[in-house]
Amino acid sequence: MQTRKKYIFLTFLASWLLLFLFGGDQLRRFAFFSGRKAEAQRNWPRWTDRSLLKSFADAEELQRDGDPSLLSPRERRAAWLSVYRSSKCRMETCFDFSRCEKHGFKVFTYPQERGQPVSETYGKILSSIERSRYHTANPEEACLFILSIDTLDRDHLSGQYVRNVDEKIRGFPLWNGGRNHLIFNLYSGTWPDYAGDLGFDIGQAILAKASFDTESFRPGFDVSIPLFSKEHPQRGGDRGWLYQDSVPPKKKYLLVFKGKRYLTGIGSGTRNALHHIHNGKDIISLTTCKHGKDWEKHKDTRCDKDNIDYERFDYQELLHNSTFCIVPRGRRLGSFRFLEALQAACIPVLLSDGWELPFAEAIDWGKAAVVGSERLLLQIPSAVRCIHPERVLAFQQQTQFLWDAYFSSVDKIVHTTLEIIKDRLSPHRSRSRFVWNALPGGLLVLPDFSTHLGDFPFYYLQHGYSPSKKFTAFIRVVSQAGSLSQPVLRLIQAVSASQYCAQIVVLWSCEKSPPPSGKWPQTTVPLTIIQGRRQLSDRFFPFEAIQTDAVLSLDEDTSLSTSEVDFAFLVWRSFPERIVGFPTQSHFWDPEQGRWGYTSKWTNELSIVLTAAAFYHRYYHSLFTEYLPAGLRELVDGLAACEDILMNVLVAAVTKLPPIKVTQRKQHKEVVAQQAECRDGAAGTPSPGQRSPPAPRSAPAKLKGTAGSRRFSQRQGCLNQLADWFGYMPLVSSQLRLDPVLFKDQVSVLRKKYPSLEK
Amino acid sequence: IMCASAKYNTRGPALIPRMKTKHRIYYITLFSIVLLGLIATGMFQFWPHSIESSSDWTVEKRSVHDVPVVKLPADSPIPERGDLSCRMHTCFDVYRCGFNPKNKIKVYIYSLKKYVDEYGTSVSNTISREYNELLTAISDSEFYTDDVNRACLFVPSIDVLNQNALRIKETAQALAQLSRWDRGTNHLLFNMLPGGPPDYNTALDVPRDRALLAGGGFSTWTYRQGYDVSIPVYSPLSGEVDLPERGPGPRRYFILSSQMALHPEYRLELEALQAENGESVLILDKCTNLSDGVPAVRKRCYKNQIFDYPQVLQESTFCVVLRGARLGQAVLSDVLQAGCVPVIIADSYILPFSEVLDWKRASVVIPEEKMPEMYSILQGIPQRQIEEMQRQARWFWEAYFRSMKAIALATLQIINDRIYPYAAISYEEWNDPPAVKWSSVSNPLFLPLIPPQSQGFTAVVLTYDRVESLFRVITEVSKVPSLSKLLVVWNNQNKNPPEDSLWPKIRVPLKVVRTAENKLSNRFFPYDEIETEAVLAIDDDIIMLTSDELQFGYEVWREFPDRLVGYPGRLHLWDHEMNKWKYESEWTNEVSMVLTGAAFYHKYFNYLYTYKMPGDIKNWVDAHMNCEDIAMNFLVANVTGKSVIKVTPRKKFKCPECTAIDGLSLDQTHMVERSECINKFASVFGTMPLKVVEHRADPVLYKDDFPEKLKSFPNIGSL
Repeated sequence: MQTRKKYIFLTFLASWLLLFLFGGDQLRRFAFFSGRKAEAQRNWPRWTDRSLLKSFADAEELQRDGDPSLLSPRERRAAWLSVYRSSKCRMETCFDFSRCEKHGFKVFTYPQERGQPVSETYGKILSSIERSRYHTANPEEACLFILSIDTLDRDHLSGQYVRNVDEKIRGFPLWNGGRNHLIFNLYSGTWPDYAGDLGFDIGQAILAKASFDTESFRPGFDVSIPLFSKEHPQRGGDRGWLYQDSVPPKKKYLLVFKGKRYLTGIGSGTRNALHHIHNGKDIISLTTCKHGKDWEKHKDTRCDKDNIDYERFDYQELLHNSTFCIVPRGRRLGSFRFLEALQAACIPVLLSDGWELPFAEAIDWGKAAVVGSERLLLQIPSAVRCIHPERVLAFQQQTQFLWDAYFSSVDKIVHTTLEIIKDRLSPHRSRSRFVWNALPGGLLVLPDFSTHLGDFPFYYLQHGYSPSKKFTAFIRVVSQAGSLSQPVLRLIQAVSASQYCAQIVVLWSCEKSPPPSGKWPQTTVPLTIIQGRRQLSDRFFPFEAIQTDAVLSLDEDTSLSTSEVDFAFLVWRSFPERIVGFPTQSHFWDPEQGRWGYTSKWTNELSIVLTAAAFYHRYYHSLFTEYLPAGLRELVDGLAACEDILMNVLVAAVTKLPPIKVTQRKQHKEVVAQQAECRDGAAGTPSPGQRSPPAPRSAPAKLKGTAGSRRFSQRQGCLNQLADWFGYMPLVSSQLRLDPVLFKDQVSVLRKKYPSLEK
Repeated sequence: IMCASAKYNTRGPALIPRMKTKHRIYYITLFSIVLLGLIATGMFQFWPHSIESSSDWTVEKRSVHDVPVVKLPADSPIPERGDLSCRMHTCFDVYRCGFNPKNKIKVYIYSLKKYVDEYGTSVSNTISREYNELLTAISDSEFYTDDVNRACLFVPSIDVLNQNALRIKETAQALAQLSRWDRGTNHLLFNMLPGGPPDYNTALDVPRDRALLAGGGFSTWTYRQGYDVSIPVYSPLSGEVDLPERGPGPRRYFILSSQMALHPEYRLELEALQAENGESVLILDKCTNLSDGVPAVRKRCYKNQIFDYPQVLQESTFCVVLRGARLGQAVLSDVLQAGCVPVIIADSYILPFSEVLDWKRASVVIPEEKMPEMYSILQGIPQRQIEEMQRQARWFWEAYFRSMKAIALATLQIINDRIYPYAAISYEEWNDPPAVKWSSVSNPLFLPLIPPQSQGFTAVVLTYDRVESLFRVITEVSKVPSLSKLLVVWNNQNKNPPEDSLWPKIRVPLKVVRTAENKLSNRFFPYDEIETEAVLAIDDDIIMLTSDELQFGYEVWREFPDRLVGYPGRLHLWDHEMNKWKYESEWTNEVSMVLTGAAFYHKYFNYLYTYKMPGDIKNWVDAHMNCEDIAMNFLVANVTGKSVIKVTPRKKFKCPECTAIDGLSLDQTHMVERSECINKFASVFGTMPLKVVEHRADPVLYKDDFPEKLKSFPNIGSL
């Protein structure tokens, strides 16, 4: 034993020595490597003469900047126009801005040609444009043109492939080399390379395409859109699947994938590797070879077992129950999976190198998705495991916001595309990246209203602003009488007595001209009279005269006391994005009739605050007038009713929240018989909830019985039409009312700030 | 798996199996002999080299002129021209960066050499002051490594900041012979003045193959989105001139142009603007009649008036930054420093760091075609926005323009964010100036969700030993329809909770959690047993709340899931005599807090309370056995910026006979302690986050003249 050990020892020593003598060079590195830790890191030297170093360019050179007189700006621009075309197009070289100057941003869709059917999806895109407020039927005023030829599917093996597009386009007199045209495309190229080529010359047209690759994408010119299925709804759209914010995210799975495995061809690199990360516990990555006609020809040893595992899990179940979802490239870069994961609040883990992400010009995907690298697939499990629970929660919420703001319907996808292009036309009047990525999203923020974030009701907290400390009372007068009615006078007195009132604006909606200024009551605040048109929608016009953030919208026969106004305004300052008001109504789903019902009866819930007495942010005037399509305002004007419902629907669609009801005294409207109205049709809102329960909705009592019931059914019909236009019912119900803290408490009246509210 | 941010499992050190003692001595001897041999050999082998290598680096007294000279043969290889199709996934070797817990890339800097051609003529200036500053900054940063084998990104010490100062072909050859060049993969070059006459390319002309370029003055045609980084052109004036930040308020000029080298066509257009709009527009030019010794770069002239540059920039609201021969202009840096809003007129220019900076908040970009409309465009910008843009401009300068260090670190961070996107710096961190970061809140529950009613809530009752009262609370709370689980936090370590059979029988699961220490913060621990979003914190003596009141509270919480929704309301007041905050429990017209003796809130706030409470508040509360509720109010208000919601008029909570205001106790010391808490917390938070409101939430039909039986929540007590 002993000798053997001695020998071993000697051999060992000898080999060490040999190694050191002959392998010194390699070992030196090794020794250096291990010994270095003790040494200080070798940093960039502090040169002794560093203060004597010359600057990279002397100030003179920097300010002189070469020799600018070489090429005049005009010549350079002219030179660009000839050089930077087709694949090098940019807005400044391939887009004719002058077309958009006179009439603004107007979009023209080519008329449908007979015998030239378009796919269902393209039909939806065209109808989205026609529904948009930018649509024009007159090519003369158009700034942007959309072809009637279906260019969505440019895979020439597909049944929907349209042939001879080049030829057809050449026949269009408006084509003009594609200038100011927008072309939509979902699928391009075909087996085996699925290249980006569309099979026709798009010339200088802007391309809005799914699965865009960064290389062929012309930045600031093209738009990358998401791939969506033909079942994608035209409008409204399903909401996201996130119903609760839980921390830590207690979903069953961490990371899932279920999809095809490509054994050969483009995209197989990633798809063929996905099964490696499957651990059967919290990471489920299932692939199947079963696709295509001759899959069995290529099948490998994994296929049979994989196919069995594959069948054991349901895709929908995985989507619902996982925190992260792998969204790898398919044959093309984008996939349906992307939107599916987004809707499911399953944070997309993108493995699609070189994909220009949808609307990346506007959307900050780093807030809603993990943009992975195909090459680093095996790092993905550890990377997502390390994402902090708080960040996961933020990611999840952001997916839902983005889904709802830009993707849940064809309308939203198309309108986002248009808004992105519109923003390029006047960069100084466009949305900042912040606006696109914060609630309520870019589509609902009109840069034409203001470019200052503090002017909108949405960003007070995020930017440390606060809403203005005063309000504007906005009274709509329709009565015919030569002199002012008593209620209006009383209302003006009561409102102007509020310490928060900055001004009173009267919208005079009568043919007769308003009484001379001497006839109006003396008020401490400025009183402005606007001669309005008689349309009902006029009351939500963004009048210049309204100077404050808050608007108190009033009917002439509304009765309010000063303390009611004061209290309501303070409440509004806490909820500046909502409508805060007094009389309320509610909507409900009527399963028997299969439609939305509406009630003005007293109920335990509310979802509509009448704008006959309500505070809201003045920005909603702009949204009402600029954002809503003219058709909806015409509906309101035609019915001469339900403008308040439309306003409530609009605000609810923006905020996703119910309005707020505040304490009101016994009486809301003057009981005196209403004075003669301007004209029948121009009446205000119906009598809202009196302090005694009104009769059932089918039998409105008293003098105006039939008129009342007609108005009631009008309002109900209107509500249904609005729900149809929005594609869903935006109204949200609330079960609460906000009262002063000591409201009806058994304490001395002297201690109460708003004792008069209890009368 | 190594996670930098979240470690859930900590394991003990691995156990080393003990060797047999007999063999141990033997192995130790063997090992020490080997070690000795190693040391001896090492001394013998490396002695001379180690002196050399240390002199290479650690000796401070070295001049730039002493660096080794490298001769470039005329036929040494030249890299390919830059590849315009390069993107991170095609030209960047991401495997070099690896997955590491810090999510930081490692950057290596080549040592400085002087390159000469065959004839001994130097290829360029060895290094400029700015490039030296830049490399020093990288070397001092967290990104730096001196180990070429571990590096993910390589920065040559060959200075290419100014293309005019170098010989293109030879510089390219110098790059190609770098030890790890490998077609320029993962190499980063910094260039601020690209191109040369006559056509001034917008990117560095030196052939550089796959190297990334951090360039000043990219156009949309040369910039490889997501690969290159657009950087500013550094203005040496930043270091020389100290311009204090100027507050908001009117400035003398509306538009100012200070550039000396403008194309005559642009100058004509500007002068037309001036003619139209008079004195609010000031178009400066270089001075022609300066006395000797006055540096021309620090003066500007308009007719015979002489202005100091860059100070004059602070006199104007907007400052024009027009393209010259190049797109990137150093004047942009001066303008930002002056807090003047830049009006950028340079079609196709990629603004500095545009990958992360939101320039729409700090500048106005006007297409060249629209120059004549500049005045009216600028006039359409609201005053408040102008002030913000001025602040934002100054902040961009301070954070990303002011020094070569700032430029270098921002560039590396951008590349780092591409490689570790899941750890990337957010938009807000890049863009919000400190004042905004300070005054703004980013609500962690920002999505407007109304949680489904079916989820219900979990009642968490903190108890010590009041079993009888606890059982009454349990019985009362169990009547609430939306209760989904009841959790009793047994905070008494000396006494066991009653036996299972003694507990009230209720229709929902009842769990008892025993705590290790009697601490108040146990009430706010995010127990796994809490499976609902909504938590009802309730004391073990709150027996007066009716089922209707609790159910209504839950409904109100559903409408305000990011707030504290509670029953007893309290107020904080500023005591003008004492000059500090005061706690108020009287019946007031205002509320700013609700007591967590009975309050609904989101479970997320438990998580925040336990893990993210600022300062020493949590320990302070546990030590004082008081004010956990005030701390929670501070925390929620601070993170959401929103007020609490007090529900229903209820004033008595413990017994019908109790005085109407029953907090914990009414005595004076209690009030003093509570006031102290408020002052302590306000100082820890550095602000007073609580919001005062004058409203409370009641059912829609509360006290309305309406049949009670038709009301959803008829049993709302008024006392």
